[in-house]
Order: sequence, then structure tokens, then C-alpha cells
Amino acid sequence: MTDISYQTQTHEAEASLGDYFALLKPRVMSLVVFTALVGLLAAPVSVHPVVAFASILFVAIGAGASGALNMWWDADIDGVMKRTAKRPIPAGKVTPDEAKVLGFALSGMSVMMLGLSANLLAAGLLAFTIFFYAVIYSMWLKRSTPQNIVIGGAAGAFPPVIGWVIATGSMSVEAWLMFALIFMWTPPHFWALALFMKSDYDDAGVPMLTVTHGRKATRVHILAYTVLLVILALATAFTAIGGPVYLTVSIVLNALFLKGAFDIWRRTEADAEYDGYRVEKAFFKLSLLYLFLHFGAILVEATLPAAWGMWA
Amino acid sequence: MSIRAEHEIHQRRKGRNVGVGLMLAGFVVLVLALTFVKITGGDFELPRIEESQ
Repeated sequence: MTDISYQTQTHEAEASLGDYFALLKPRVMSLVVFTALVGLLAAPVSVHPVVAFASILFVAIGAGASGALNMWWDADIDGVMKRTAKRPIPAGKVTPDEAKVLGFALSGMSVMMLGLSANLLAAGLLAFTIFFYAVIYSMWLKRSTPQNIVIGGAAGAFPPVIGWVIATGSMSVEAWLMFALIFMWTPPHFWALALFMKSDYDDAGVPMLTVTHGRKATRVHILAYTVLLVILALATAFTAIGGPVYLTVSIVLNALFLKGAFDIWRRTEADAEYDGYRVEKAFFKLSLLYLFLHFGAILVEATLPAAWGMWA
Repeated sequence: MSIRAEHEIHQRRKGRNVGVGLMLAGFVVLVLALTFVKITGGDFELPRIEESQ
């Protein structure tokens, strides 16, 4: 290899700012920001806007840091799966070491700054969330058990609790209800994805339920978890964070979600192959709307308390 | 007159450097605003001595 060809290859591989940003999983970050913000605003204690903005920003950076650590650790399997092959490390734009350093640096910075802007409990929860996602889920559960996303889903469920703790400095039942909503929502959401991203997890050797227990068992699990989620989501309407708006939204969404899960359970693989996993894809899209609107309804209930005073 | 050709890589590096610079500047402003809010909000006030004492 001549110096010139070496130089050219190095230049072509040099990352842009956007590539580093992609390491932080911006779409996951947006969900974290939203749910943490709802947790913060649903809390019965008001927070100064600057403190709220800074704290949510540091939670988002912490979530991004755990995403970078996940991409560093999973670079080998990301390159194998179609869904993740274009991520910055498998695409050759960022080196694994760069992702690791960025992940560790942002983890430390976000936890420290959240401790300063909000309180030590919130900072401790953020540190635990990063640890849970990067170590418990990515390094341990993901490649060792089909329950990976069931237990690992806890990492994605912590942000509203952190938001609540930023405002109040302590944890309460309402915060854990929001945690439970995301925790129970995660398995059906990811198993629907696993059904239509057919060979990805097989190719990567990740023991998703579809790989270890088969696709029929996955369909049964989706329905079972959806039934539990529906009960939890509807029951939340009668707690302090619920109300008439939440109940109305929740009834509609849960009816649709339950029907989707039932349709998935009824279908055979031949049906799914025939229509290109139409029902599974629709269920996956609905699951995103389901979570967004449930938290949106909690936000409405929290920010318009005067109008619903009769409910409480 | 400069004979140095502007390569795409220079633009990418410049974009990256400007981006990092803006983020650092934003961070400084944020810490400044946080400090101001914390100090004026009474977070760091010393406990008051009771008048009766």
C-alpha cells in the first residue's frame, strides 16, 4: 500500500459529527427525553425551567452514552444484521475504541452534571440505567437468554422515574406505574419486530424468542404480555396520574393493541409470509403510537389539573 | 495565492470542529444559567439563625 492510497482510505473513513451523533441512538434518545419529561411534569413539585431543561438534557446524554457503549460492544453482531449494518461502527465510519471512549466520557459527564443540576438520587438512577443497559442487557442478557428484552426492557423504563425524581427528590408509586407501563410494553414491541426482521437475529446468533422457542411461541408471548399490559394501562387511569382523558385514550389504544396481538396470535407463518408480515408491521407501528399517546395523556392530565379536579 | 486544494475532508473536519465548538459554548452557557438559577433560587443559602437565639 502506498502512502497516497493509505491517506485516501483514511480520509474516506473519517467520521463526520453526524456519525458520532448516530452512535447515541437519537431515536431512542427522543423517547427517553419524552418519557423523562412526562415523569418530571407529572410530579407534584414544580421545577425551574432551566433546571428542568438541563436535567432532561443530561438524562438524554446519559441515554446516548449507553447507546454508544451498546454499539461498541455489539459491533460484531450489528455488522451481521440488516437492520443495524449501517450503524457507524459496522459502516467503518467510527472505530470501536472511539465509541467506547465517547460512551464512557458522556456517561461520567451526564451522571455528574445531573447530580449537580438535580439531585444525587436522580444521578444514581441515571448511572444505574446506563449500567443496566450497557452491562446487564448488552454484555450479559442479550446473548445469553431469550428473556433478554423482557429484563433488559427495564433500562428503557427508568427515564420517567428519573424525571419524577428530578422534580421530587424521591420515588413514589406513580413513578413506578410509568416504569411498569414501559416495562410491559417492551416485550410485545420487540417481539413483533423480531417476527418480521426474520433472519436478522438468527444470523447474528442472538437468542431472541423467535430463535430459541419458535415463531408460534413468540406469537403466544406477544398476546400474553399484551393482555397484562392492557390490564396495567387501564388500571393506571384510576391512579393519581390517570384521569378521564387518559382513560379515553387508553380504552381506544388498548382495544386496538389487543386486537393486533390477537390477530398476530391467530396467524400462521404461511399467512404472514403471504402478506409480507403486514399485521406484525402494523402492530409494531401501533406500539410506538401506543406508548407516545399514553404518556401524552399522562402529560395532559398533569398539566390540566384544574379542569379535572372532580376526577380526583 | 494558496495552492492548497480544498478537499471534501477539510469541509467535514471543519464541520466537526465547528459543531464541537458550538456544543462546548452551549455547555458553558448552560452551566452559567444553572449556576445563576441555583444561587438566586436559594439552593445554596445558609440556614437562618433564629431571631430568638
